[in-house]
Parts: sequence; structure tokens; C-alpha cells
Amino acid sequence: MAVVYEKSRGLTDNPLTYCPGCSHGIVHKLVAETLVELDILEKTIAVAPVGCSVLAYEFFNCDGIQAAHGRAPAVAAGIKRTNTDKIVFTYQGDGDLASIGTAEIIHSAHRGDNITVIFINNAIYGMTGGQMAPTTLIGQKTSTSPYGRKEEQAGRPLLVSEMMAPIPNAVYIERTSVHDVANINKTKKAIKKAFENQINNKGFSMVEILASCPIGWNVSPVDGNKFIKEGLMPYYPLGVYKDEGGEN
Amino acid sequence: MAKVLMKGNDAISEAAIQAGCKGFFGYPITPQNEIPEYFSRRMEEAGGVFIQAESEVAAINMVYGAAAAGVRTMTTSSSPGIALKQEGISFIAGADLPCVIVNVSRCGPGLGGILPAQSDYFQATRGGGHGDYYTPVFAPSNVQECWDMVFHAFDVAEKYRTPTMILIEGMLGQMMEPCEMTKRPTYQMDKSWCVDGNADKRPRNTITSLSLYAEVLEQMNIDRFKKYEEIAKNETMVDNQVKDGDEVAIVAYGTPSRIVLNAIEELKADGIKAGLIRPITLWPFPSGEFQNLPSSVKHVLAAELSMGQMVEDVRLAVNGKLPVHFYGRTGGSIFEPVEIANKVREILGKGAK
Repeated sequence: MAVVYEKSRGLTDNPLTYCPGCSHGIVHKLVAETLVELDILEKTIAVAPVGCSVLAYEFFNCDGIQAAHGRAPAVAAGIKRTNTDKIVFTYQGDGDLASIGTAEIIHSAHRGDNITVIFINNAIYGMTGGQMAPTTLIGQKTSTSPYGRKEEQAGRPLLVSEMMAPIPNAVYIERTSVHDVANINKTKKAIKKAFENQINNKGFSMVEILASCPIGWNVSPVDGNKFIKEGLMPYYPLGVYKDEGGEN
Repeated sequence: MAKVLMKGNDAISEAAIQAGCKGFFGYPITPQNEIPEYFSRRMEEAGGVFIQAESEVAAINMVYGAAAAGVRTMTTSSSPGIALKQEGISFIAGADLPCVIVNVSRCGPGLGGILPAQSDYFQATRGGGHGDYYTPVFAPSNVQECWDMVFHAFDVAEKYRTPTMILIEGMLGQMMEPCEMTKRPTYQMDKSWCVDGNADKRPRNTITSLSLYAEVLEQMNIDRFKKYEEIAKNETMVDNQVKDGDEVAIVAYGTPSRIVLNAIEELKADGIKAGLIRPITLWPFPSGEFQNLPSSVKHVLAAELSMGQMVEDVRLAVNGKLPVHFYGRTGGSIFEPVEIANKVREILGKGAK
């Protein structure tokens, strides 16, 4: 019988630790498939963050290392700069990358580290129990904004792709979403491009992926995908913010 | 081999390169700036990587990455910068990775000042960051020893897979002395555990300090402390010059130990006999030396450029058998031989000069 679908060998057999409806599983699959399709799995080192994906090194079927909160790009720089023929990517959430790790992500792009960054933006701290993130929307209720985020107290949500794109040595910045099949397919293409850029030594590439956190948002998985489309996407427009890599 | 006149900071830098350091990650802070400057000049021709990181925090995490990939790697800083690195040092210890950290220390707390001090002893010898761990700490007292100690610190780091620290005062970093630049053979570490992207030749590797299971994490800590027992057994270093007939044992490390030697000469002229115990490893502390002191020794004096930090280890080592005294200067002030000699005279009930 012909196999029409199977789990990517880019993933291990370890059971995922993510909640029902969470987007991490989808993005893990896309990254894993990409590593296999580009035939780079065995030479890749994954850098896991602190957050829900802290155990990502247990799921990607390649070498992996766990980094301190926000420091994944610095760890990736240490590996990549001393092993330029290997493939290094960080996988970070919005608490990790957009809050505690802003210095590391900006200066990694600024130095032009030839790495790939997978940035999951679900507008909340999932792992610690649903606290407000820099990316939480105005009015969005979280466990540390129980009356909804107020601009006068916490400012407006940080637009990371818009912030990263003007950095001279950032080569490729795109924001995508995984709330439906069409957008999952677009995200796969963006991830592939971000890794191809690294293979071709083009430099720093980041894909920001709008993702669902139904447990943190206190909604059903179906309503989570709806919130990406109706809540997040109007504030976080999808698209290519920078592409200086050209065709791969 | 001909001797070269060089600063402690430069000796540390060139020794690291000769010892095979291929990744240096630093950030400017006085009084260690000669080290990143040296690497920025030399690293390219030495076939290694130099990065001036955006912060001390980033620098130590680059070290974490390079060490995980099996690269001989080092970072240097000074007191407040070392404080910033503690998060990373804890992760490196928790993931059992080898690297060398150099603290060319200055005075604190806070921004303190840029003059020499030994007030980072607690930070260096008690782990420094969160969690149960130690880093072996080496305290050279002259430029030649700085050179030799770099080779040794890398070897110990790789042999036991642990971060090691070289702790000197700014004085030694800045001071020029003759140095014989002898290249030593280096320990060849097995790299089969590294995350260096060679999963086509071996099963994939992972590096982490995380475990969410109490019994697993407890066993990791117990195993790491077995390693520390081995380090204490094999790697403790001390220069014990106390002789039978000495009345006072003076404990001092680093450059100040040389000032103490001058004080001992001064006392000798007065007919007062004292001897130096110079810990070369601060952790593990050479506690055993204090169990076998000659019976002529009636007092122990700890002399440090701090308000009294190493003196706590001296008290623990002496364990109440003898009175332990303390003399210290801080803020960048450095004691003169006469101050130490007068403290000894005071201890022995003789008038100061």
C-alpha cells in the first residue's frame, strides 16, 4: 500500500508536551520537514528557548541545546561562528525573544549571524500560566492584565518584524500565520527560505509566526484560530518585511 | 626560552591562544580591556573567532554555545561584568560544559571603582550563580603563573567538563613582568557528546541543564558533586612556606601574597618568625594544610584586599584549633608590608613600628 502521509523523520518519537490546539506542533512539523527536505537534518543544531518550547531539543531529531531565557541567539552565535559549515536555528516564543531577549535578537541580526530564527508570537506567556507579553493586544485579558492590557500602563504591543526589518544585516524577515491550511503552506515556504538563506550564507533570517494558545487565551482550539485571524492579524499584518536574499 | 616583558592581561591572552582557544567572547570593562583587544588583534591569524558581544550576558552565552560544540572557549571580564555572567556560568555548570572564565577583579559593591580588590572571593568560590555548583578557581600571583595557569585551567575544564575560573586582581592584569612563553601540551577531550552537527556519524546529542523530574535532577546534582570530590582530591593547589618554628601562619593569595612575603622578611629582622600559606586554588580551598601546621604556630592571620572573605574558609579549615585573625584593605587601597608586620606584632602582643 502506498504511504500518502507519515511523520517526518525530522521529529523524534518523544510525545509532544504541548496543549490541545497549540500551534507549536504544527510549526515543529514544518521545521522538521524542511530540515529533511533540504537534507541538513544531521548537520543542524537546534537552540531551544525558555517557554513552552523549552523541550524542543527533545522533539527535533537533530543535535539540540537548551538556552537561558532570551539568550538563544547568543548561544546560536557561539555555535555558528565556530562551526560555519553547520546549520543553526533558534526556536523562540514572544516572552523569550520580544521581552527578555531583545538585546540578543537585535544584536544577532545586527552582527549578521548566519542563523535562522523561528519566532512564535502567540501574544502571551503560555508556559508560566498566561501572563501579559510585550505582544499582548490592547484590551486583551491575561493573568497579569486581568482588566485587559492598558496602553497607559504597558504601552502598545511590540511589532517585532517591523522593528527587525530596518536592521542593516537582517536579510530576511517575514510574518506568517498557521491558523488555516493556506497559511500553514505559506509558513512552510517562509521557513524553507529562511533555512535556504543560511545554507547559501546569506545571513540572518527570521520568520515570525502568529500562533494560537487556546489554554492561555481561555478559548477553544477553533476559536483560537479565529482569534489569530480576527484579533492578531489586524494588528500584526502578515507579509515579507525584508528580503535582501533574493532567489535561492 | 627567552623571557618577554608583558602585562598579566596579555600573558593570559597569548597563553589562551597557544592553549588552543578558538572562541573568545568578551565585552569592554576596565581593568581587563587588554584581553579582548589582544584577541581582536590575534584571533584571525590564530584561526579562531573573536566577537565583541553586546553585553557580558550575551558573551557568556556565546561561550555556552561554543563550549557545547566542543570548542576551547573563554570569556574575560571584571567584577560587575562577572556578576552579569553568573546566569550563564550556572547554565554551563548545570550542563557540564568546559570553558575558562577570567575575572580581572576590581572593587565593589555596585560600580565600586576600577582599582584592584579581592572582594569577589565569595562570588568566585561559592558558585556565584543559582543552584548547587562550584567552579574550580585558580589564583596566580605573578605574570608567569598567569601564563601557566591558563593552560592548566583549560585542561581541568575539559578533563572534568566544568567551567573553571582564573581570578586575579586588576594589579596583576596591568603589571608587566618577565614571562617565559612556553607552550604546553594540552588535554585532548573526547568530543562524542558535543552538539556540533555531526549526527550523520553518531546518534544525535542534546545539551541541557533541565530536568522536570525530581529524582533525575537530584541524581544529576549528586553525580556532579562526585566530580567535585574528584577535583578536590586531585586538583587542590597551595604554596605552603610555613616552617617549624614559625609562630604565625599568614594566609594570602594573588599579588597581595607577595606583599606578605616582604612583611615576613621585615619581621625576620626583628626575630619574629612567620610563614606564608598561599592558596593557589581558592576552590577547592587547601583546607588540609591547616590540619598539619607545626606546633610552633600559635596564630593564623588572613590578609586580603577585602573586608574579610577568604578568612571564612581559613576559619573553617582551622576549625577552632587556633585563633584566626584578619587584616584587610578595600576600595582599591593596597596594604604595605609594614601594615601586615604591625598586625603580626599586635597579635603577638609586641608594639607596632
